[in-house]
Amino acid sequence: MNQMTQPTPPALFSIRDLRLSFADRAHKPLFGPAPRVEVLKGLSLEIPEGRITGIVGESGSGKSTFGRILVRLLAPESGQVLFDGKDIGALGEAALRPLRRDLQMIFQDPMSSLNPRHKVWRIIAQPMKRYGRGGDRTDAITALEKVGLSAHFADRYPHELSGGQRQRVGIARAIALEPRFILADEIVSGLDVSSQAQVLTLLADLARDMGLTLAFISHDLSVIRHLCDTVVVLHHGVIVDQGPVEDVFEHPQSEITKSLLSAIPHPEMDETWWDDMPEPA
Amino acid sequence: MADVTTNSPRLILTDTNFRLWLPLLWIGVIAAAALLAPLIAPHDPLAQDLMLERLPPFFMDGSEPGYWLGTDSLGRDVLSRIIYGARIALFVSLIAATTTGIFGSALGLIAGFYGGWADRVISRLVDIWMAFPPVLFAVLLVAVMGTGLGSVIAAIALIDWTRFARVIRAETMVQARMDYVDSARIGGARRAATLVSEILPNVMPSIIALLMLEMGIAVIVEAILSFVNLSISSDDPTWGSMIAEGRGAIHFAWWVLLFPLIALFMTVLSFSTLGEGLKQRFDPVLK
Repeated sequence: MNQMTQPTPPALFSIRDLRLSFADRAHKPLFGPAPRVEVLKGLSLEIPEGRITGIVGESGSGKSTFGRILVRLLAPESGQVLFDGKDIGALGEAALRPLRRDLQMIFQDPMSSLNPRHKVWRIIAQPMKRYGRGGDRTDAITALEKVGLSAHFADRYPHELSGGQRQRVGIARAIALEPRFILADEIVSGLDVSSQAQVLTLLADLARDMGLTLAFISHDLSVIRHLCDTVVVLHHGVIVDQGPVEDVFEHPQSEITKSLLSAIPHPEMDETWWDDMPEPA
Repeated sequence: MADVTTNSPRLILTDTNFRLWLPLLWIGVIAAAALLAPLIAPHDPLAQDLMLERLPPFFMDGSEPGYWLGTDSLGRDVLSRIIYGARIALFVSLIAATTTGIFGSALGLIAGFYGGWADRVISRLVDIWMAFPPVLFAVLLVAVMGTGLGSVIAAIALIDWTRFARVIRAETMVQARMDYVDSARIGGARRAATLVSEILPNVMPSIIALLMLEMGIAVIVEAILSFVNLSISSDDPTWGSMIAEGRGAIHFAWWVLLFPLIALFMTVLSFSTLGEGLKQRFDPVLK
């Protein structure tokens, strides 16, 4: 599963000193500007092409905010976001639109990211049509079949699907454009364990088959270890650990990474647990 | 409730169907009466016959055959006047509610989606507008523009657009925060296209429900303006003017007031119930 024995591929993203802060409206004084809350405090990293990069951190570490800058749903305050050598950090929406085909995203909540008023095939076909990559019902069905959903899902509405099926539709929408990069933001956190494994395996297989670069945001290190080639650990908007997955997991550099690693549940059963159980009556 | 509706055949009288078919039935009757008025009205609604003044309805002593709901103080047939009155009531409600709905919803969608100065301008306008007492506002408008159906329709649209603007703005703001809006952006959609093809379909159930409510309100406003003689010429039969005329004779000819009042009440109630019913029926998530 790990490809890090091969030489490091060129970077698809090069990020230099990325900073972002939000205005804290809750603490705004009566006069004067609201205080700023720094979310990202100067991140510098590279995301290698054709690999799966994990972005880990606790809630509030800035990992989702960072992800949204990569796909330019948010704009950074300062710093560079080089995508394939081009700084996309300051581009306007009109200049971004032709690039968006290559910057796809799969959302955390598949219910809210699929328009409840549109049929599944239309959800998948609309972006294809915009980028001149087909956009017929049959094109959508081809994409559906790639994610393991049969053609009869095409005419369903999102609320008629299960959580795992919805997330597959989200994946189908992203891969149908054949992008160079996909951001997957906590895409299995709303699913039950068995669909989690299916969706993750599916996404990893597709990414490798299509040779696309994947950034995978999660707070679950066991998922990252299973899926990713490189990993970045964020804490309060700062990178505290980064490198190939094996290195980071075997030799964590920071206390944060160590505590995250110790939170992974062990597959072995703790026999002492039974000692505390009450005797059956 | 939702489960019951999903699992039962379409025509069983569930709560949703009850709210849908019963009002539709009444509105159908009123609409048929309005369309076919010249064919089904037993008498000329304007024909006066002082020999037949204040005849009681058919189930009372002293009624005349053919005058089912009695006659008013000028001997005009009440049933025929209610049937012709339905024409004006439905015409006003349809045109006024649609105008109001399109105008108010468009402003609400723009304010809720684009935010910023567009939202500030529209929201302040709504606040200012709503500070006027609506009936007084309507009376003033009609007094300035002159009486007539056009003025009544314009008055309703100019007063009640705020109802749509407020509700649709709030609804649009909720929808604009949903991930599917970001998804559309990721998928390369333009802002205006996102508003029209992603958000509008999700706001549509609320617009329809409000539209039905507004039709009921339009019927009432028209009746109020007729009541104070500011709608169309007092000769023309409107439910409001019939109620106004019947008011003076309520102690000895109550039917002149009661029957148009029932028609008005049932129509307004049907429209607002239908709005709720349609919202439940066509919302894929509620369904």
